Amino acid sequence: MDLTLKIWRQKDKNSAGQLVTYPLMNISPDMSFLEMLDVLNEELLVKGEDPVAFDHDCREGICGMCSLFINGRAHGPERGTTTCQLHMRHFNHGDTITIEPWRAAAFPVHKDLIVDRSAFDRIQQAGGYVSVNTGGVPDANEIAIPKTIADKAFDAATCIGCGACVAACKNASAMLFVSAKVSQLAMLPQGKVERKTRVENMVAQMDVEGFGACSNTGACAAECPVGISLDNIAMMNMEYLGAKASSENI
Amino acid sequence: MILDSKIPEGALAEKWDKHKFNVKLVNPANKRKYDIIVVGTGLAGASAAATLGELGYNVKAFCFQDSPRRAHSIAAQGGINAAKNYQNDGDSIFRLFYDTIKGGDYRAREANVYRLAQVSVDIIDQCVAQGVPFAREYGGLLANRSFGGAQVSRTFYARGQTGQQLLLGAYSALNRQVAYGKVKMYPRTEMLDLVMVDGKARGIVVRNLITGKIESHSAHAVVLATGGYGNVFFLSTNAMGSNATAAWRAHKKGALFANPCFTQIHPTCIPVSGDYQSKLTLMSESLRNDGRVWVPKTVEIAQRLRKGEIKINDIKEEDRDYYLERKYPAFGNLVPRDVASRNAKLVCDEGRGVGSSGLAVFLDFADAIKREGQPAIAAKYGNLFEMYAKITDENPYESPMRIYPAVHYTMGGLWVDYNLMTNIPGLYATGECNFSDHGANRLGASALMQGLADGYFVIPYTIGDYLAQTPYDKVSTDHPAFKEAEQNVMGITQRLLSIKGNRTVDDFHKALGQIMWDYCGMARNAEGLQFAKQEIRKLRDEFWQNVKVTGVNEELNQTLEKAHRVADFLELGELMVDDALHRNESCGGHFREEYQTPENEALRDDENFAYVAAWEFTGTGNQPVLHKEELKFENVKLTQRSYK
Repeated sequence: MDLTLKIWRQKDKNSAGQLVTYPLMNISPDMSFLEMLDVLNEELLVKGEDPVAFDHDCREGICGMCSLFINGRAHGPERGTTTCQLHMRHFNHGDTITIEPWRAAAFPVHKDLIVDRSAFDRIQQAGGYVSVNTGGVPDANEIAIPKTIADKAFDAATCIGCGACVAACKNASAMLFVSAKVSQLAMLPQGKVERKTRVENMVAQMDVEGFGACSNTGACAAECPVGISLDNIAMMNMEYLGAKASSENI
Repeated sequence: MILDSKIPEGALAEKWDKHKFNVKLVNPANKRKYDIIVVGTGLAGASAAATLGELGYNVKAFCFQDSPRRAHSIAAQGGINAAKNYQNDGDSIFRLFYDTIKGGDYRAREANVYRLAQVSVDIIDQCVAQGVPFAREYGGLLANRSFGGAQVSRTFYARGQTGQQLLLGAYSALNRQVAYGKVKMYPRTEMLDLVMVDGKARGIVVRNLITGKIESHSAHAVVLATGGYGNVFFLSTNAMGSNATAAWRAHKKGALFANPCFTQIHPTCIPVSGDYQSKLTLMSESLRNDGRVWVPKTVEIAQRLRKGEIKINDIKEEDRDYYLERKYPAFGNLVPRDVASRNAKLVCDEGRGVGSSGLAVFLDFADAIKREGQPAIAAKYGNLFEMYAKITDENPYESPMRIYPAVHYTMGGLWVDYNLMTNIPGLYATGECNFSDHGANRLGASALMQGLADGYFVIPYTIGDYLAQTPYDKVSTDHPAFKEAEQNVMGITQRLLSIKGNRTVDDFHKALGQIMWDYCGMARNAEGLQFAKQEIRKLRDEFWQNVKVTGVNEELNQTLEKAHRVADFLELGELMVDDALHRNESCGGHFREEYQTPENEALRDDENFAYVAAWEFTGTGNQPVLHKEELKFENVKLTQRSYK
């Protein structure tokens, strides 16, 4: 199939960017979206032009590195799919495809389609852990956890940290991302000890980073490639209220 | 050079405990006087950085990805082994040790592997304490499954994304230390040279991948946890960015590279679909617990199927050859990876392969679905089936998957002693980056185990022994050795940018991958390897005259990043061929066609090749020097591996 691509090109953080149009011919429907971009980049290189910079690594939908905003949708038109797992069979001959980076004040653009998501790491550093050192922990089977709880915690723990939730949200809110970790650890007995300080600190860091507020639109969960549920946000709000009600930080 | 493995004296089961007592300790108040660099933040790197930070050392951790959580350990699907014997099915530390030594075709060190089996039980405890959500039974206790090459259920798992959950656990421990200020994290930063002062590793030179700035970092010890080199083959199950540059540049500074030809070709991957293909996707080995592998019994039926004259369901049961069940009745579809891969190649070479290319075999779940029902199969493998459907546009619940082997893991790596230190004092290698525990073939669910064993439970002890004997003095990054290494990196960078040739980096990489796959892949022979060596040299020469790298150093330049990595692959590929050529035997993943049993199984030569081949760099294009570390087997009897 033949396509017209409109791709955001931006030299660096401090430069202005713009959409640039590239025609691309003979794309196989079995190619992945990123392989289609590989083909474009090889063509650009042969012509001596600067290839399009985009983030990607595992290309198996698990590392969370790929991050394109395709025709106005985070990770493109397929539900529950990262860009690297999106295949060209979902597009048609003659289509025009617009490709942009994640748009959020907390995710500044490094170059072209690559953004800085280090804010996510800083939120996790604020409390996304159980404070245990290596060694000296009890035998794994001394902590029995009901299967239903373990499965629910697992569902929350599958967040790949890609940032699609932020990109999809009109407020650029990071609530889904933050709540996934807060709920996972709040549900598990291992995480209960620090649950109050954890939610307070992670939410505080989220605000420092400049992410927007949540208005319960649900775009984040609809666009999440791994199906993180809105229930996590509800759970985090309850955790937060509970923590603040008895907090010593007020 | 004499290779001293530093294996402690004494009985196998007592070596590690004795060693832990004998190593020198660094007083808690003195640990803050030492700086440690950890390169790579996968399971081996993140666990090491976090644990060393907890102990009180000052750690600097580096990764080329935008966050430590992206390291390719995240993609491991199936599980992690541990000798917990929670299932009461006869597992023990000795059995895990024995299975790993045998699975590695008797080319690993007994002492290292035994230690690995010992600490495996601690890993599970640690991960659960961190909040890793392993699969559980209704009673609330941990679930297990069996995995290729083992007859007990010792594999702990988190659906089909165990690596993700373990890595996020290690990442959380790392984050905690970053918050405490004990670990300083440098993402989007790539190591491009090792710095040595007075013969010891004292730092690294890195490139900031956003600004292109070349920077030096000084420390008292350097830990490389930079993963494997499977991307030499271009197409592999590795992430696109996985590379050998840090390890290779350390090799060029004197670190020996051991058993480079031991590469693992994983049997269950989605077959190649076109020449645009950028990577191969693994379908977890756990699928072989319920899937049955087969091809048509005759070439004629296979041909008709490929041409579309008949459909899969037209092939009668008696015309299907479940070749693994037929040849290996005891293990059936659960034979180790090397055996499963080689047999897939064998039937495809016979002309009985399926799919348009003929380079695929079926993995069929029809019987399992009939036996257990679709919901039960979906609960076990749902995410894998979805992934398959997304990539191939076929529904594996209705028709069998098509699979073919693909490069997956590299058992070879930097040579290390029992302390995980390379032959360069102060330089350590952990996880897939080193060669130490898997011999010539790694068993399923053992990579995660080794990465975390090295990082959580081995190096925190052994690095203290070295540091306790190292003065506190820091080396300034103004030292001539740092300046020289920076110049070296700038030199390579400028050379790559100034060639301005006609052929892209990817084009060279693909050409190298094709040579490696054809002549140094699932089966090798002397003639092919000699040919490959010449071809690689020609390709490398052309690379340095004709590669096209656009842009400048002082920017985010992904082409330049790749050019550095491919330049190193072009040297490492030749070493892999040299190693494969010299090892006149077949063992594990190294199958030399000249050395096989009448039943086409790998034929080892224990008399002449029961050693670790550790290669010394002598200049690009020069013949490397071979150093041998004899392998002594005192606790297992070397036998022809049999899974019949």
